[in-house]
Amino acid sequence: MSQPELLLPHDRVLRYELHERLTHWVAAGSFIYLMLTGLAFWSPWLFWLAIAFGGPQISRMLHPWAGLVFIAAILYMYAMWSAQMRTTETDKAWWRAVGHYMRNEDDKMPPAGRYNAGQKLLFWGFFWCGILLLLTGMVLWFPEYIPWSLRSLRYIAVLIHPAAALLTIGLFLIHIYMSVFAERGAFGSVIRGDVSMDFAKRYHPGWYKEVAGSPTRRK
Amino acid sequence: MSQATLRIQKISGHAGSIPGEDTQREFTVCKLVDTTTCIGCKACEVACMEWNDLPFGETIFDNTYQTMPETRWNYWNLILFNEHEREDGTLMWLMRKNQCMHCADPGCLAACPADGAIVQYTNGIVDFQQANCIGCGYCITGCPFDIPKLNPKTKRVFKCTLCSDRVSEGLEPACIKACPTGCLHFGSKDDMKTLAEGRSKQLREHSNFPNAGVYDPPGVGGTGVIYVLHDVTKPELYGGLPANPSIPWTVKLWKGPLKWLGNLAMVGGLIGLFVHYLHFGPKDREEQDIKEAEANK
Repeated sequence: MSQPELLLPHDRVLRYELHERLTHWVAAGSFIYLMLTGLAFWSPWLFWLAIAFGGPQISRMLHPWAGLVFIAAILYMYAMWSAQMRTTETDKAWWRAVGHYMRNEDDKMPPAGRYNAGQKLLFWGFFWCGILLLLTGMVLWFPEYIPWSLRSLRYIAVLIHPAAALLTIGLFLIHIYMSVFAERGAFGSVIRGDVSMDFAKRYHPGWYKEVAGSPTRRK
Repeated sequence: MSQATLRIQKISGHAGSIPGEDTQREFTVCKLVDTTTCIGCKACEVACMEWNDLPFGETIFDNTYQTMPETRWNYWNLILFNEHEREDGTLMWLMRKNQCMHCADPGCLAACPADGAIVQYTNGIVDFQQANCIGCGYCITGCPFDIPKLNPKTKRVFKCTLCSDRVSEGLEPACIKACPTGCLHFGSKDDMKTLAEGRSKQLREHSNFPNAGVYDPPGVGGTGVIYVLHDVTKPELYGGLPANPSIPWTVKLWKGPLKWLGNLAMVGGLIGLFVHYLHFGPKDREEQDIKEAEANK
């Protein structure tokens, strides 16, 4: 089943629709704010970040609201992409071959679809950590309303919230590294929305096949 | 309220050196509450509100003396009235003046992320600096005694200061001054411990309270407020005074191993990615692609 409407002039392929790109940047903007203000509350050595963002009181006040924006974006992403994020047999083979991927030997990788197994891990990592951060964040937003008899909720929240946040920071660093530095052309896919034919063939041959109908057909 | 004579030995959320550490020879101060001679007159509550100029809050009436269930942001000192049935069926009051315990190892200070929002002076008083408070409420979670309370309007947390402003001027806290029975004492920790032990011995040997003793829980490094209890083996009877209070283990884990592990992982991850880029570089090898494209023509 080919999708010729995604094939653009000048050997470009549309990878992300406008609403997908927009969602990405809502999530990205809110996440970066959450990460930097969160790091300010994480370590005294980074407390200056909260001051840079307009003062620690404002950072404390806005951090939960930014969290709601981030969660809204994550949930919309779930609605858009969760079907495409299911693990396939190719993904299992991809993880077995991940060493090649790390050594930039992409020709030795099993053919990934629209998302490779690493991107799927990123998606589900952000999704489930987002849910954990939301649940624990609600407790941390209003600790004064948690009765003394339920104080264990607060005890759990102060541990899970930073732990889940650290996991997302790890995913975030890898995401930035892959999309900005490692795979040239990936960053453009969330700005203008398209990638080159070569990019599609090299990193997402399965997806390219879907779009073009045949992996060898060239315009 | 920081005063010139009060120097700081512990600061919350603080990077770098602590200005007052080891700069002063100072007694650790202590408040002694002898619950066995408290008559529940609430003079200490009134004195606290008067001295600290706290606005009035609503009280409740449920046919008991307990007109407020717990301390509030504007009510730092509250007597807890507990009707206790003894083994022989007779009733007795267990009245306990509840307030901040001024722990030597304060859970509020350990949990607080805001630089200088909670300090411990060299005399042992744990004091909140509302100007630096960000209202996150982590101190509420760190405290094993349920003492810090958030003002919902100002989003700042308040609690008993042990009248640090009075103490710095050589005065006793307001509650001590108001107590009519002498059940409240104030002085150095050593003196108060001696006094409390003497009173406990008296209760055990002459007043038929064989379990009388001093409450100075070691789990928080000892406290700046100590109690003489009729039965020190059952502190819970006194309005839920915890038997072995300590900083919650999750708070310790979060501020201890998780912090180091997380920092190591973040810094290590950044260095790792940088080295990976230096070693492998970007994935696309344009020249090779051009060659492939030409070969396919």
